[in-house]
Amino acid sequence: MHNKTIAELALGLRNGEFSSEELTRHTLARIASLDKELNSFITVSSEHALAQAKAADERLANGNADALTGIPIAQKDIFCTNGIRTSCGSNMLDNFIAPYDSTVVSKFNSAGAVMVGKTNMDEFAMGSSNETSFYGPVKNPWNTNTVPGGSSGGSAAAVAARLVPGTTGTDTGGSIRQPAALCGVTGIKPTYGRVSRYGMIAFASSLDQGGAFAQTAEDAGLILGAMSGFDERDSTSIDKPVPDYQADLNKDIKGLKIGLPKEFFSEGLDNEVARVIEAAIEEYKKLGAEIVEISLPNSGLSVPAYYVVAPAECSSNLSRFDGVRFGHRCENPDDLEDLYKRSRGEGFGAEVKRRILVGAYVLSAGYYDAYYLKAQKVRRLISEDFKQAFEKVDVILGPTTPSVAFNLGEKADDPVNMYLSDTYTIAVNMAGLPGMSVPAGFVNQLPVGLQIIGNYFEEGRLLNVAHKYQQVTDWHQRTPQGFE
Amino acid sequence: MSLDKQDVEKIAHLARLAIDEKDIPNYAQNLSNILELVEQMDAVNTDDVSPMAHPTDAMQRLREDEVTETNQREQFQTVAPQVEDGLYLVPKVIE
Repeated sequence: MHNKTIAELALGLRNGEFSSEELTRHTLARIASLDKELNSFITVSSEHALAQAKAADERLANGNADALTGIPIAQKDIFCTNGIRTSCGSNMLDNFIAPYDSTVVSKFNSAGAVMVGKTNMDEFAMGSSNETSFYGPVKNPWNTNTVPGGSSGGSAAAVAARLVPGTTGTDTGGSIRQPAALCGVTGIKPTYGRVSRYGMIAFASSLDQGGAFAQTAEDAGLILGAMSGFDERDSTSIDKPVPDYQADLNKDIKGLKIGLPKEFFSEGLDNEVARVIEAAIEEYKKLGAEIVEISLPNSGLSVPAYYVVAPAECSSNLSRFDGVRFGHRCENPDDLEDLYKRSRGEGFGAEVKRRILVGAYVLSAGYYDAYYLKAQKVRRLISEDFKQAFEKVDVILGPTTPSVAFNLGEKADDPVNMYLSDTYTIAVNMAGLPGMSVPAGFVNQLPVGLQIIGNYFEEGRLLNVAHKYQQVTDWHQRTPQGFE
Repeated sequence: MSLDKQDVEKIAHLARLAIDEKDIPNYAQNLSNILELVEQMDAVNTDDVSPMAHPTDAMQRLREDEVTETNQREQFQTVAPQVEDGLYLVPKVIE
């Protein structure tokens, strides 16, 4: 049952092959036996899930089921869930039970999906290896000595290990695409503004965007369709109808113009990964796509600019954690300043502290122009590069990451080296464009991700381009040993 | 830009963040490395470029100034560290 896709499970539920309750019990049993090693969940919500499954079975029996009704899913622990702890991977929120649901969670509830738990993540979504989580690192199911990527590492690992058929994630600088690549699953980050940020704990508000993980592009489209849409509670939500992502999945891609940015295939890219990506491009040629070399000349500046913009927004957003209204509070504060300082010092881990400090520094008097204003100007240049590229091509293809999964601990003490693992994903967030990662092969038995970047609101086209590839390859169907 | 111990202490105070004395050298080193990475931006001239604050350059949406939320003070205070009579408690601020 656990190897089936969401589309197959939905059919099985409708045909009465199994009930949502049976499917949910099977899912919870697999999590209980297999996740001890992986640590992909922070919270497993068994009772809540079984209640939702029973309600879903009634909906299925009554014939008013949606695509996701009765399907077990897991939420990244950044989405607030009423009555169930939302930790954001931090000691700061270890005791936090949100008094409301995020819009994304409400939408899944209305669709009748079954939430089996909250997945592990880098603390406040700051990290690329899931090692900054207060709840310990997640292990990559393909090799448990390696990282799953981050920050949505738990969501990616849980799908890779077939613990759950679909999960949500958030992507600020690659936090969906990078772990999708390292864990060998399909991940999509939509256009900025497509998915509501209401109740999604903020890291860098002008970059954060929710999205989905699944085995296939078809499933990712089902999840994305359920979570997308205008929300008046998010001031940057975009009021545009959500298309039916299943409608164009099978569209012919003959004549599709694919751009290959030369900057994504230069130094820094592992040779073996490059070979896998070139093989994927050959598949697209066979499908009739036209390959065009393009240039994104400023993309190399995306990591430097990001590490001004993201920490600046983070230092502002995380000022709300003050030990007064919610979250961790220190014992016996001397005065208000001591209360703030110690509550925050004890509540946040090292990487979060580093980013708050960088943010406070670049925003401090005298440095604003040199750092923050400069970064916003560079952001414009990065965005303009994409604008020009999309005048010539329909989609952009390249590697999602410069190498396959690295070892646990390998980069943990070297923040700058860790940051560079997002070198191909960050530019997409700076521009606010949609991006995907799909499994495209293996190097040393570890998965390689192919990144597909589209123009604004072209999620449907991305899913189509990914689906066509998945029809002629089987990389996305490979399952790690021990989790078959 | 290279940061020293005093710089880290000053920024940590601005951010109201307690940092262990023994960890300061490590933070100073890491932050200096991050700022060195960031300064790669200086390679490009941006004199005539307008800053981009938001990915789609969208305008802030406005709404009617009407109350849309209900008062849920009690529910919100259930997650507070310390409350009394509907108020959040903090150490004495005014002598």
